[in-house]
Amino acid sequence: MLLVVEQFLNGLQFGLLLFLLAAGLTLVFGIMDLVNLAHGSLYMMGAYFAATFVAWTGNFLLGIVLALGASLLLGIVLELVALRHLYGRDHLDHVLATFGLILFFNDAVRLIWGPAGLALPLPAWLTVPVQIVPGVFYPAYRLAIIVVALAVALGLYLVVMKTRVGMLIRAGASNREMIGALGINIKLLYTLVFGLGAALAGLAGLMQAPILTVQIGMGENILILAFVIIVIGGIGSIRGAFLAAIFVGMIDTLGRAFLPDLLRKILSSAAASTAAPALSSMLIYLLMAIVLVIRPEGLFPASKR
Amino acid sequence: MKTGFWLAGATALALAGPAMAGDSIKIGFVSTFSGPTAVIGNDMRNSFELALDHMGRKMAGKPVEVIYEDDQQKPDIGKQKTEKLVQSDKVDFIAGYIWSNVLLASLKTAVDSGTFLISANAGPSQLAGDLCSPYVFSTSWQNDQTPAAMGLYMNQKGVKSVFLIGPNYAAGKDMLAGVKSTFKGEIKGEEYTVWPSQLDFSAELSKAKASGAESIFVFYPGAAGVQFLNQYAQAGIKAQIPLYTAFTIDELSLPLQKDNAIGVPGAQEWVNDLPGEQNKRFVDDYRKKYPGLRPTYYGAQAYDAAQLIDSAVVAAGGDTSKKDVMKAAMEKADFKSLRGPFKYGNNHIPVQNFYLQDVVKDADGALSLKTVATIVKDAQDSFHDKCPMK
Amino acid sequence: MTASFNARNAVAALVVAGLVLLPLYSSLSGNIFILTLFTRIVIFALAAISLNLIMGYGGMMSFGHAAYLGIGGYAVGILAFEGIGSGFIQFPVALASSALFALVIGALSLRTRGVYFIMITLAFAQMAYYVASGLARYGGDDGLTIYKRSDFGGLINLSGKVQFYYLCLFCLLGGIYLVWRIVNSRFGLVVQGLRSNEARMQAIGFPATRYRLVCFVIAGMMCGLSGALNANNTDFISPAVMYWTRSGDLMVMVILGGMGSLFGPVIGAIVYLLLEEFLSQLTEYWALVMGPLLLLIVLFGRGGIMGMLGRSGRD
Repeated sequence: MLLVVEQFLNGLQFGLLLFLLAAGLTLVFGIMDLVNLAHGSLYMMGAYFAATFVAWTGNFLLGIVLALGASLLLGIVLELVALRHLYGRDHLDHVLATFGLILFFNDAVRLIWGPAGLALPLPAWLTVPVQIVPGVFYPAYRLAIIVVALAVALGLYLVVMKTRVGMLIRAGASNREMIGALGINIKLLYTLVFGLGAALAGLAGLMQAPILTVQIGMGENILILAFVIIVIGGIGSIRGAFLAAIFVGMIDTLGRAFLPDLLRKILSSAAASTAAPALSSMLIYLLMAIVLVIRPEGLFPASKR
Repeated sequence: MKTGFWLAGATALALAGPAMAGDSIKIGFVSTFSGPTAVIGNDMRNSFELALDHMGRKMAGKPVEVIYEDDQQKPDIGKQKTEKLVQSDKVDFIAGYIWSNVLLASLKTAVDSGTFLISANAGPSQLAGDLCSPYVFSTSWQNDQTPAAMGLYMNQKGVKSVFLIGPNYAAGKDMLAGVKSTFKGEIKGEEYTVWPSQLDFSAELSKAKASGAESIFVFYPGAAGVQFLNQYAQAGIKAQIPLYTAFTIDELSLPLQKDNAIGVPGAQEWVNDLPGEQNKRFVDDYRKKYPGLRPTYYGAQAYDAAQLIDSAVVAAGGDTSKKDVMKAAMEKADFKSLRGPFKYGNNHIPVQNFYLQDVVKDADGALSLKTVATIVKDAQDSFHDKCPMK
Repeated sequence: MTASFNARNAVAALVVAGLVLLPLYSSLSGNIFILTLFTRIVIFALAAISLNLIMGYGGMMSFGHAAYLGIGGYAVGILAFEGIGSGFIQFPVALASSALFALVIGALSLRTRGVYFIMITLAFAQMAYYVASGLARYGGDDGLTIYKRSDFGGLINLSGKVQFYYLCLFCLLGGIYLVWRIVNSRFGLVVQGLRSNEARMQAIGFPATRYRLVCFVIAGMMCGLSGALNANNTDFISPAVMYWTRSGDLMVMVILGGMGSLFGPVIGAIVYLLLEEFLSQLTEYWALVMGPLLLLIVLFGRGGIMGMLGRSGRD
């Protein structure tokens, strides 16, 4: 039973982290209609910035704040220099161009920071395990991720639902032509949204950094997961991304944790231990395929035209 | 014909190796020089270069030319690069190969062409068994050997039960099988994680904890090892369940694992502080030549590969067409291996010692690996019976 | 598509001539490796033109096309491993299993559109990847070495480098011819019509999904053939050929060369693979050059390389 509680928390933490990455992706996708494969690179850059700034300032929190600023700035520059020229183009042009950006970022990082990767050590107060219910200790840092990600999700919800900018964002996601017709400075809005997405990706990257490590290509596998989430959730829908992210995080973690034992009850032990990892890594793709077969526009399509 | 070659345009330019006519020893070196695992390839190249420096960049009086090729950690690219080295550059030897799958994909090309291939790291069981070849030598180990040594050590420590965690690819399975082949206690559980995409091991750690096992064994090479150790430390079970490893802590991962690695034992066939003049010279010169870096076992194996090639070329008097002479020379392993005692089994896989290494703070406060004990002497892999060579 | 003499046709003719004469050059210059390299290029070009058939003409952006490379390859590899070496069995099995896979995933995927289609095809390809990784008997993640190439009796010897190259080239040219015939047939016109205006085509009474599905299956079979050839060429098959980045490579080849142009993907495959080879010889930081190059091609060279060479009649 305690194991279930722990795995549940693991799934929640992973799902929330995925949400941070997916939120920016779904906004950019929904509003600018831009398929940005380089979103994973921004996640990686966030982690590299954090590792560098934390080592530089010697202060964990200060370093993280600086890294967030740097991610935001990088996103804005990237939008201004390259991506804004891609709006209105074919999706495949986006894929090719941003695939090029992935190659570029990976090698640029290798050139600047070297191939070895960096470490982002945690301050002592985040390394102690916390007892959440009697008998269950949970890493403090993972709890911190849950708290921060929930706070960010709430903040994002408030911004999108209650503010004027949020209204424009929602309007943009459901009907792109309309906000142009309203005489809004779209260019500025686009740049801001992209910057926000980059900062969220950077945040996801830097929060993941102490658990994983900071390394080249760290954004690529998780990017695919983020795409799976926004597609399941429905492109442009923050709410869909949130629910899908939690869902995917849970399925992935719980599947890995309990599927092998389940299989072992049905199959022979040897067959189960070869089949289980393949099957559990397939689960989320299976989930996506099923969702799309039943609901071809995801669970919560933002645009109902 | 050479002029015609160059006139043939830009495409040909792309394909033209430095095909200088002349009397030199040509060695191809296939490893990973791009992507996140380029650190390993760089270390191997650094060490190989250092070995050549130590030889005056000559073998049997002839200048040595090395062509480094990047396999991008992909089997088909590795195979293509091997073909290029064999067919276009017409090298005398090919060395390198970090990854089992890249090596297995490239093996046939090298063997069919009768080019000597020296694996400086990859050690899939097939290579030691039915795929062994007169043209293939290893300066590393067979995958099972190192974890098998760890299993022996755990017996020596009186460990009663273990929970095994490793990545779900052939080397990962070989590693866990290796521990199981020697460990006498109870296996409380066994988990394979998705390779290389899964980097979060919280589910596996929770299960290990819940299984009630007395210890955990893991195999996670490269960055995954850093991640595993971070999470192991953060989960707060370091004090409760000790960790035993193979290929998880090395000089490349240590600067990232930092204090998390202290007190975590590993088995290895080479450690930087092993006795012997040759090894001391290697480690010292490496640190001098590449400031800020420390050599790893990958590098030591690459260094030995250079020495092995040198011993063959010297035996043949520089005439690389004398393949039989070179093969016989290499089988004798007539060189001073950095790891000390070293000889070849019938399958051209080393018969060697395995050591217990631990992480300590050295004089200047940096973390380094240290030999604690010799776990097993003159260990031979368990697949040599399957090799038809006698 | 009229056969007028423009820059595009001239380039296409030159490339075909070059490909046909390549073995001659290789034997004259003694450079065997160029043949090896181009065998690979020709095989990937076949995969790229099959992707172009559905992506460029049919508007179906599949991000899982590499799955067929694996399925075709595993058909050859597994049969060879089980002692069935005859190419007369291996190749039909490769084609049939690719067709079956395409039929199933096509029937499910074609319910979706646009980006959702991209992602669902990716999902199926990833599932195929993980299934192959789980095939412990056939090497799992580490792949399977193929010790004997497909045996076609006395007809053709696949181990002969030149013969094998010409077989691949024959398949490529046959594939191009097939695409050309399809695109200009009534069936092909319907599929292209569906891309530009689905509602109208359906109103006229064409069963959209069925037409698309047939096209999808044909493309899958062509790519499966490419996979079977690739397995023979590398003497090796592993799940890595199905990984999503490989599907991305194929897409890049098509877009780079020029989507929806008959010959574009061939040019794309040649340029992409040569650039990769050339740049990686030049510097380890080849991606630093390749990345921005791709970006620039998208920004300034609409329609890929073929697009830059001028418009075809169709546009």
